[in-house]
Amino acid sequence: METAPQFFRHGPGPLARLVFFTLLSLLLMAIDTRFKYLPEIRQAIAVAIYPLQKLAHAPVAIYDQVNGFFVSQNQTDEIAHLRQQYLADQGQLQRLLALEAENVQLRKLLEAGQRAESKTVMAEILYVPHDPFSRKAILDKGSQDSIQPGQIVVDDAGVVGQITRVYPWLSEVTLITDKDHSVPVQLVRNGLRSMVSGTGEDGTLELRYLAANADIQQGDLLVTSGIDGIYPPGLPVALVSKIESNAAYAFARITCTSAAGVNRNRQVLILLPLPPIPERPAEPIETKPDDKKRGKVGIR
Amino acid sequence: MIKNEGKLAFVNFTAQEIVSHVRGWFIVFSLAVALLLNLLPLQGVALLLRPDFVALMVLYWSINQPQRVGMSVAFTIGLLMDVGDASIFGQHALAYSVMAFIGLLLHRRLRIFSLHKQVPQVGLLLLSAQLIMLLTGLLAGANFPGWDFFLASVSGALLWPLLPTLVKMRQRRKPDPDAL
Repeated sequence: METAPQFFRHGPGPLARLVFFTLLSLLLMAIDTRFKYLPEIRQAIAVAIYPLQKLAHAPVAIYDQVNGFFVSQNQTDEIAHLRQQYLADQGQLQRLLALEAENVQLRKLLEAGQRAESKTVMAEILYVPHDPFSRKAILDKGSQDSIQPGQIVVDDAGVVGQITRVYPWLSEVTLITDKDHSVPVQLVRNGLRSMVSGTGEDGTLELRYLAANADIQQGDLLVTSGIDGIYPPGLPVALVSKIESNAAYAFARITCTSAAGVNRNRQVLILLPLPPIPERPAEPIETKPDDKKRGKVGIR
Repeated sequence: MIKNEGKLAFVNFTAQEIVSHVRGWFIVFSLAVALLLNLLPLQGVALLLRPDFVALMVLYWSINQPQRVGMSVAFTIGLLMDVGDASIFGQHALAYSVMAFIGLLLHRRLRIFSLHKQVPQVGLLLLSAQLIMLLTGLLAGANFPGWDFFLASVSGALLWPLLPTLVKMRQRRKPDPDAL
């Protein structure tokens, strides 16, 4: 309750306040985009709105429970189906185990390094923000579940994205379709390596800077190449959907559809980090030009 | 009060300024509900058509309670929205504060019109906030998101006539004895 009537109270005028807030928000935006600073303020606000985010997800959780209550009718069918699926999968798994064992032996024979097994954490997509300028999703696991920025998120079909921000109980995934996101990939058919970048549109990616005469066909599967040391190799990323090569340009326009999608299912897996990649061997070439020959041999 | 607004604009306009006293917690509660609605996990067309409830609520209060809800509230809730929406820190804050500023400038004129005549003007105000967000997004290097981006303003404006009924239902039930 104010004691004095409002019109006697004079704060700064509306225009002055507008200028102040405009400058303040421009400053915040500049700091956020250019310097990637301000994590503390973001963290604090994230903790403040966490109950609301959780509450907003409650209808979905309730729907799931109610749905689970009513679907018992279909469960006999589903169990039968799952049993068949299980048998089929089991057969494949047996083969896989045999192959894995064989692979281990062969690798030992070749004295190649063991491929890293990655551990996973299951997370649920809380919601997809309505921000048309970036492709992101909010997951319900955060730094309390030892999630770190840079980890990879996959679903059953392929790579979903990469964790970019972590809050205590939530984390933000930048989807592979985000305009500023790229994934190093490899063509399954012929091993051609490239980078696939997001376009900012739902489910669409593009292969930029691939020569117009590159050996690429519609329907080719792109998987992660793993040379970056962040993405484990062999995860499906996208399918080539359209190739436009124009003689006027040096590069073909190759559009791909992402293998995974946040609209498809709500559960995703977060891959815990791979063991650090081996250090780059020391290069004696630059320091001592005389030892050029020996240095090259050393690297090999 | 709503029904007579068209006919007895001036009487109501002064009466409203003095009589209607909204409790602070109610404003906070309504903004929290709006934020909650904005964070609902929607997909596809529903997400596209979903109005920006927070913008709508900020606009409502800055027109109807200009002394209490102004640019500072708009700025603060904009920051909350920025974190919730994972957008550039300050994008919503800027858009909402500019929108609240225009709302404050026009609040007397807007209240003369009947609720249905307010709809297009509110649409333009919501559009101004979206345009600022678009501008900052484009400056930050994003692509143009397509014209359906502006559908949120249209749906928000269409929701506007329902808003006072919802808000005032709460107020009428429990009149503040200190207000007069």
